[in-house]
Amino acid sequence: MEIEECLFTKEHEWVSIDGDVVTIGISEYAAGELGDIVFIELPEVGKKVKQMDPVGTIEAVKTVAELFSPVTGEIIEINEEVMDNPEIVNKDPYKEGWFMKIKMDNSSELDVLFSYEEYNDFLGEE
Amino acid sequence: MTGTIFDKGLHGRSGKYIPENDCPVDEALLPIQRKSSLGLPRIAEQGVIRHYMELASKNYHIDKGIYPLGSCTMKYNPVVNEEIARDNSFCGLHPAQDEADVQGALELIFNLQEALCEICGMDSFTLQPAAGAHGELTGIMIARDYFRERGEDRKFVIVPDSAHGTNPASVSTCGFTPVTLKSDERGMINPADLKEIISSETAVLMLTLPNTLGLFERDIGKIVKIAHDAGVLIYMDGANMNALMGIVQPGKIGIDIMHLNLHKTFSTPHGGGGPGSGPVGVREHLSAFLPIPGVVKKMDNFEFSWGSEKSIGKVHSYFGNFNVFVKAYAYICRLGAEGLREVSENAIINANYLMELVGRFYDVKYPGPCMHEFVASAVNLKEHGVSTLDVAKRLLDYGVHAPTVYFPLIVKEALMIEPVETEKKETLDSFAEIMEKISYEAANNPDLLHEAPVSTPVRRLDEAYAARNPDFRWHERK
Repeated sequence: MEIEECLFTKEHEWVSIDGDVVTIGISEYAAGELGDIVFIELPEVGKKVKQMDPVGTIEAVKTVAELFSPVTGEIIEINEEVMDNPEIVNKDPYKEGWFMKIKMDNSSELDVLFSYEEYNDFLGEE
Repeated sequence: MTGTIFDKGLHGRSGKYIPENDCPVDEALLPIQRKSSLGLPRIAEQGVIRHYMELASKNYHIDKGIYPLGSCTMKYNPVVNEEIARDNSFCGLHPAQDEADVQGALELIFNLQEALCEICGMDSFTLQPAAGAHGELTGIMIARDYFRERGEDRKFVIVPDSAHGTNPASVSTCGFTPVTLKSDERGMINPADLKEIISSETAVLMLTLPNTLGLFERDIGKIVKIAHDAGVLIYMDGANMNALMGIVQPGKIGIDIMHLNLHKTFSTPHGGGGPGSGPVGVREHLSAFLPIPGVVKKMDNFEFSWGSEKSIGKVHSYFGNFNVFVKAYAYICRLGAEGLREVSENAIINANYLMELVGRFYDVKYPGPCMHEFVASAVNLKEHGVSTLDVAKRLLDYGVHAPTVYFPLIVKEALMIEPVETEKKETLDSFAEIMEKISYEAANNPDLLHEAPVSTPVRRLDEAYAARNPDFRWHERK
C-alpha cells in the first residue's frame, strides 16, 4: 500500500481499499498529535457498523480519542498486535499500525473522503 | 527518592505495639496458627514518625500554595469545619444507632438537604452518593426509572463535548447510549445543533454548567425549552457550582436533576482519594425516585423515611459520607446566603482577572468573560518546540502546582485554570508572573522546559512507560 493512494477522513484516519475491503488506521499527524499511545480497544470481528459509528478507543498519555468507521459494513479482521503493543501505531502508523479491516456494503460512501492531497490541504487549514 | 517504610526496616527492630498474648489459646486453633511472619515493617516509632514527616514535607497542598487545578475547585478549607466534624458527638456515632439517640445528626442531615434545595432551587435531595460520578450515575438511574414508569423507551443521552469526562461513562454504565453534541465557535451549545439531534428517543440532556470551558450557556433558556418540548429530562453536572451559588438556582431555570460535589464547592479537603460526597437534587416530579432512606421532620422529631416504592433503592451503605455532610453544613452556616454568593462572585472575579493576565502570553480560544475557571492553551509556544506538558512541568520548578492539562479535549494543548475565591490578588499576580516567565523561557531557552522539573524529589516521569507497564505492587527488596 502506498500512502499517496489512500483516502483520508476528517477524523484523521487513513483508508486503504482492496476490492470491497477497506483497511483503516490513523494518520501520522494524528499519531503525533495524540502522543504516546498506551491503550487501544477494538471491536469484535463480525460486528456490523454504520458509517461514522465509533469503532474503537485510542488512549494516549494525555488524551483519549475515538476511532470512527469510514464506511458501513462488517468488521472482518482486527490487528491484535496493536492492542498488545500500542506503541506500534506511533512508530509505524501506515503499515504495522493498522487497526482493522471492514467489508463495506456500499463503496459510494468513500466519495466523501479526502484524497492524499486534499487531506494535506485540510491539515494546512487546521 | 524516598523508599517505602518497608525499605527502612531492619530485622529485630520494632515499635512493640502488640502486647504478648496472656489469654489461653484454644488447642483446636493451633493447627491453623500463622507460621510465617506478618511482614510488617521492622521500624521503631521514631523511624515511623520521621518517615511520614519526610513524605509530608514533600507533599504539595492547598495549605502550601495556589492549586489552580481546573475543574477541581481546590479552595481553602476552613479549620472550623474540621473541628466540628471531629467533635466526638459526631464522629463517635455509629450509623446503626437508634434514631432517637441520634436526633442531632439527623437534624443536620435534614437541614443540609433543605439548604441544598434552597441553593439549587430543587425540591428534594439525597445525600447518599459518595462523589460526583456516583451522583451522575444516581441521577441517570432516576431518569431511567422515570421513563420506565411512563412506559417510554428512550435510549440516548445527549452529552455536549464540553461536559465532564465522567458523564458519558455514567450514561453507558446505566445502559443508555451517549451521543456527543459538538459545541459551537463560542464554546457553547448551539440550540439549532441540539434541535437537530434531539428526538423522541432521547432520554436526557446531560450538561455541565458552567461547562468545562468555564462558560455559562448563554442559550440556556432555549436549550431547556427544546429539551422539555421533546419530553427530555435535563441533568446538570453541578461540579462547577462554585460559580453559581446565590446567583443561579438551577431548578428555577428548568434543570430537572443535578448533583453537587460537596467536597469541592462546600469545602472538604479532597484529591487524596476521599471521602467525597455527591448529593443529587431533583424537582418534584422526580422526588419519588430518589434513593432511600432520606431524613424527614415529623413534629419536632427527625426520622428516616423509607419512602416510595418508586425509589431506585440504596446507592450507599447506611446514609452516605456523614463526615463530609458535617463540614459542608458548617461551611454553609458560617457563610450564610450572602457569604455563599460572595464566594461565587469572588471565584468569578479571580478567574477573569487571571485570564486577562495569562491571556497576554498564552492562547485563550474562548475569551469569555468566563465563570469560575478558564481554558488557556500553550499552542502558541509550539513554534519553539514546547508543549503544555513542558509548561506544566516547569511550573513545578517554580514551586507551583500545575493546572489541569490536556482537558477539555476540545482545546488543543489545554491549560485549564481555576484559581478559586480564596486566593488573594498577590497570589494571582505571582502565578501570572511565573506563567509569563515560562513563556519567555520557552522562546529563549526551550531546553529549560524540556528538562523540567529539575527541583522536585523526582524528575520527569515516563508516563507512557508507566501506563503501558503498570505495576501497582510493592516488591520486597531481596
